[in-house]
Amino acid sequence: MKHRGRFGDYGGFYVPEVLIPVLEELEEAFYNFYEDRQFVTELADLSKNYAGRPSPLYHAKRFSEYVGFNVYLKREDLLHGGAHKVNNTLGQGLLAKYMGKTKLIAETGAGQHGLATAMIGALFGMETKVFMGVTDIERQSVNVHKMKLCGTKVIGVEGGTGTLKDAINDALRYWTAHVTDTFYLFGSACGPHPYPTIVKHFQRCIGEEARQQCLDQIGRLPDMVVACVGGGSNAIGIFSGFFDDKNVRLIGVEAGGRSVSEGRHAATLVAGRVGILHGAKAYLLQDDEGQVDETESVSAGLDYPAVGPEHCLLKDTGRAEYVAAEDEDVLDVFELLSKTEGILPALESSHALAYLVSQKGKLDPEQIAVVNLSGRGDKDVSIVEKHRPLLND
Amino acid sequence: MKTYKQVFSELKEQNNTALIPFFVLGDPDFDTSLEVIKASIDAGADILELGIPFSDPIADGPTIQKADIRAIRAGMNVAKALELVRKVKEHRDIPIGLLMYYNLVYQYGTEKFFKDFHEAGVNSVLIADLSIDDADEITGPAASAGLDTVFMATPVTDPERMKLVASKTTGFIYTVSVLGVTGSREKLSDTAEGLVGKLKELTDVPVCVGFGISTPEQAVAVAKAGADGVIIGSKIVSLVERNLGDRDKAIVEVSTFLAEVKNAI
Ligand SMILES: Cc1ncc(COP(=O)(O)O)c(C=O)c1O
Repeated sequence: MKHRGRFGDYGGFYVPEVLIPVLEELEEAFYNFYEDRQFVTELADLSKNYAGRPSPLYHAKRFSEYVGFNVYLKREDLLHGGAHKVNNTLGQGLLAKYMGKTKLIAETGAGQHGLATAMIGALFGMETKVFMGVTDIERQSVNVHKMKLCGTKVIGVEGGTGTLKDAINDALRYWTAHVTDTFYLFGSACGPHPYPTIVKHFQRCIGEEARQQCLDQIGRLPDMVVACVGGGSNAIGIFSGFFDDKNVRLIGVEAGGRSVSEGRHAATLVAGRVGILHGAKAYLLQDDEGQVDETESVSAGLDYPAVGPEHCLLKDTGRAEYVAAEDEDVLDVFELLSKTEGILPALESSHALAYLVSQKGKLDPEQIAVVNLSGRGDKDVSIVEKHRPLLND
Repeated sequence: MKTYKQVFSELKEQNNTALIPFFVLGDPDFDTSLEVIKASIDAGADILELGIPFSDPIADGPTIQKADIRAIRAGMNVAKALELVRKVKEHRDIPIGLLMYYNLVYQYGTEKFFKDFHEAGVNSVLIADLSIDDADEITGPAASAGLDTVFMATPVTDPERMKLVASKTTGFIYTVSVLGVTGSREKLSDTAEGLVGKLKELTDVPVCVGFGISTPEQAVAVAKAGADGVIIGSKIVSLVERNLGDRDKAIVEVSTFLAEVKNAI
């Protein structure tokens, strides 16, 4: 490997020997192509005409009125596929194409990354398999159907709690046996090097656009940028646009699940300890011995016990702050944004919004918060209905 | 304490190959695990490969995944693994290699882990998710604890890297015979034999082959290719699994199978 893939002491590539050559190949291809003129042109064209970039920055006035300060939504939910995930799958998919790979695999939690991979598999005519925990298949069934319509094979994973962690386990196992012809299109800014670097690169467009849009539309930078954190891709994507703007607070919101204090959550940076899982050293939810904890969250996309290594460093240096939002508050804000703005946010993104509600009345009305609305909530309607049955009127 | 060197040179004199069964410690429970491991020694095991169960074993197929879950549910942990190793060593002094996932070692503290397990009678600790690139994280602690090092070579490891693996290895090279995770395979790929040959040209460090070996015939093929040892994992674990609730039968089946392989190689 040319680079160590470290963010401070975090990250690295803690994988079985058999995966090293394929990660080296990926690293080399990434550094060969990511600034290549043809690659950049092709990706820019697809981002615009296939995915729908740039995404708007929208001043959510009625929601702002409710919380008592200005909230702007970075509308990644309007992209093709309904989430920021397409930025990464277009980038990595194109990389796979330039590498001459014809088969894609991916893991998925909420099904958004799986769907975004399925789309790209169809777009490039690549045979695609997506690994998904059986619990997630059940709670995100709409996305399962969409993936299948795109011609992707969805492989149910029984292990563990049948969630994102287990899907990654099985995707890695499958990859181990198919390293010679299969490209693993990893969905978040975590896992072994070079994925955290690659995923950040393809997601940084969110932050670059948002920063410029703030200057153009508001005439100044925001006071804070807020994003939900599962593995950390949408958050690192928007944060990275503001790293050098020291006065802009960066706030990552993790899944508080049923209850953080009772240990039923997926708030890795808030409540975890440094460990090693899925190829990287990072904060991890685990018991005293190092067995990985089971996690719990209403949002499949955040229901994961580890987190991207760069977020660990941002936490330690204090450049970003990390908090948790619990399920009940997340469900409240899902309804609130729908009612005040006519926008259904993904349950993942609702975590970021829930943080703003927690700041209601505490901030100066002139304050400006930019929230990464990482995805739309259509996929979550049945979950929300189960928790909050609509009155039959 | 018996060393790898002693065992490999003794076997070499007799023109023999080391028989190395793998067990998940504490599968399906502490006592059965201990009795089955002891029986495997009596049946002819030359070296033991033992795993402490981990919640997320990404290098393992379904058989060992299930064994890990059984063992964890039955209460296996690092402290009990130490105790189990000590009891095995009381039965017979044969070399023991641990096969681990890094997080368990890391949480315990790498230096302390190596020291404590060396004291209990372990000869090496192979970390499945730590490649030769990060060998420095463990070679120092291993040396000061008095442990040998074991690293892996695979069908996709290039010759330069094989040399690097050999240079960092003091125990034996764990050669992965197939692309993929652990699990019995009906057919052993031809790569296994080629791989042993290549490694033998590059180094004098003993070469043992594992992953996928499940029949005496496969073991013989590997031995013929020049391997110094044959590691049998999932097949053994599946014999334990097949006889849950019947310890005696598990012991008989594991012993019979190992004796058969021993005889063949
Ligand atoms: C809409 C949406 N937002 C956020 C996430 C969480 O992932 P990440 O932290 O990588 O952005 C997901 C994951 O499925 C998602 O679907």
